[in-house]
Amino acid sequence: MSGKLVADIAFDKVSKGFNGRDVLSDVSFEIGAGEVLCVMGRSGMGKSVTLKLIIGLLAPESGNISIKGRNIIGMDEDGLSQTRRQMGFLFQSGALFSPVSLGDNLALPLSRFTKKSKEEIDALVETRLGDVGLGKDRYKMPAELSGGMSKRAGLARALVLDPCILLADEPTSGLDRVTASEIDDLLLKLKEKNKTTMVIVTHDIREARLLGDLLAVLDQGRFVAVGRIQELETSENELVRALVSEEGCHAR
Amino acid sequence: MRATGNGALPTPMGGQLLSLLNAFLEFLGNLGLFALRAARRAFLPPFEWRMICQQIDEMGWRSLPIILSSGFAVGLVLTLHTRSTLIRFGAESYIPTVQSLSFFSDIGPLVVGLLIAGRVGAGIGAQLAGMRVNEEIDAIESFSIDSFKLLVVPRILACIMALPLLTVFMDVAGLAGGFLAERISSHISLHLYLNRAFSEVGWGTFIPPTLKTAVFGFIIALVSSWYGYTAKDGSVGVGRAATNSVVTSSLLIIIADVILVKAIFFLFPGSAV
Repeated sequence: MSGKLVADIAFDKVSKGFNGRDVLSDVSFEIGAGEVLCVMGRSGMGKSVTLKLIIGLLAPESGNISIKGRNIIGMDEDGLSQTRRQMGFLFQSGALFSPVSLGDNLALPLSRFTKKSKEEIDALVETRLGDVGLGKDRYKMPAELSGGMSKRAGLARALVLDPCILLADEPTSGLDRVTASEIDDLLLKLKEKNKTTMVIVTHDIREARLLGDLLAVLDQGRFVAVGRIQELETSENELVRALVSEEGCHAR
Repeated sequence: MRATGNGALPTPMGGQLLSLLNAFLEFLGNLGLFALRAARRAFLPPFEWRMICQQIDEMGWRSLPIILSSGFAVGLVLTLHTRSTLIRFGAESYIPTVQSLSFFSDIGPLVVGLLIAGRVGAGIGAQLAGMRVNEEIDAIESFSIDSFKLLVVPRILACIMALPLLTVFMDVAGLAGGFLAERISSHISLHLYLNRAFSEVGWGTFIPPTLKTAVFGFIIALVSSWYGYTAKDGSVGVGRAATNSVVTSSLLIIIADVILVKAIFFLFPGSAV
């Protein structure tokens, strides 16, 4: 996609299935450093699976996946651990660790993987939660948070180790317009200031237009279209046109 | 399909039995591997002290009310039943002794094991299954934090530590219930009751049966963690994990109790009173 020498994320003929059903078949793509790829498609077409394959939570049945030039397939635990620390993952539901407070959710990776003092960690947690508007909620337990708050907290946690790659699974789905645009602004800031490489799964074409350099449409286990959004508006594929057009978005 | 000895094919029931046996052996194999994984991880840093303390609080401290009330009730009822039997033989002075021996040697440990299998086993199964379904375990793994070490190992260690302590409380509550029943029936003094209760009790009668509950704790936490950690199928899977955790760990506790009682009699002959 990017044509750069070493892509941040590269899929080479990756296939993955569950219970005999192919979810991804021979998928190949590359994302260069600082690029943002938005992935769209109907539900159950393998968008979330693609993200989990990138971070190594799932293993493909065939093909190779490279992160910053290193193939993660068959990589040992230490190698995979180092690779994962360069990535942040925002899960669809936030997926906060329920037995500990919101602040401790962010402090956990910091205390494991950095040499920061307790005071430094506390300060950083405060800042990160403040960035997503949850500065006053650090002592709340995940069960006390609303869906939108959980998602914002999940984003704060995904960014706590300053990853150079962010994987976001529907970062604004189910949120009100104000909160959704706050999250989009935060992601835009990450893109423009930090040059963070991102893969964003979304159903919102406005979000894809705002954040994405590239858009990929996943259908029947394959990327049926990959390119700039303007190019895809005139695609011959009806599904692609429906997903890309604002009208299609409203119609859904 | 394999032919049977007389050349006939297995009946449908025989086939079902074979597949049940196969599934049971597969379950035991998976559980064994899970236990080995836990044992290996338990000795590797970082040690999750905070999680272990949190789990001891959850499994031990919060189980205390049910343990004390059940122990008291069982002790009281046991004394009432024993009294009606022993009184026929003029042996009512042995009631405290029978009470303490039966409680210390098996009733206390077994009741604790089964109660905790119900309360804690269901909790562990449902909690871990919920975390699996809500992608919390995936989220932990996405940071390269060993979710098994963070979630499973502390639960197993906490359960191993909590059960012997809860058994001591169960024994005390059982004796208290027994004393109340005896006090009402025969106006026995506390001093005399305790003298009679402990007249036949040695360390061999008390320590090994109490420590065997550590094995029950291991079984409860291991089985429940396995069902929870490997759960699938959304909320249905959460319910299934909770139910299977209680049923399987209760069954395995009863089987383990039989084996451990024989082992204790063999290793501590003095305890076989």
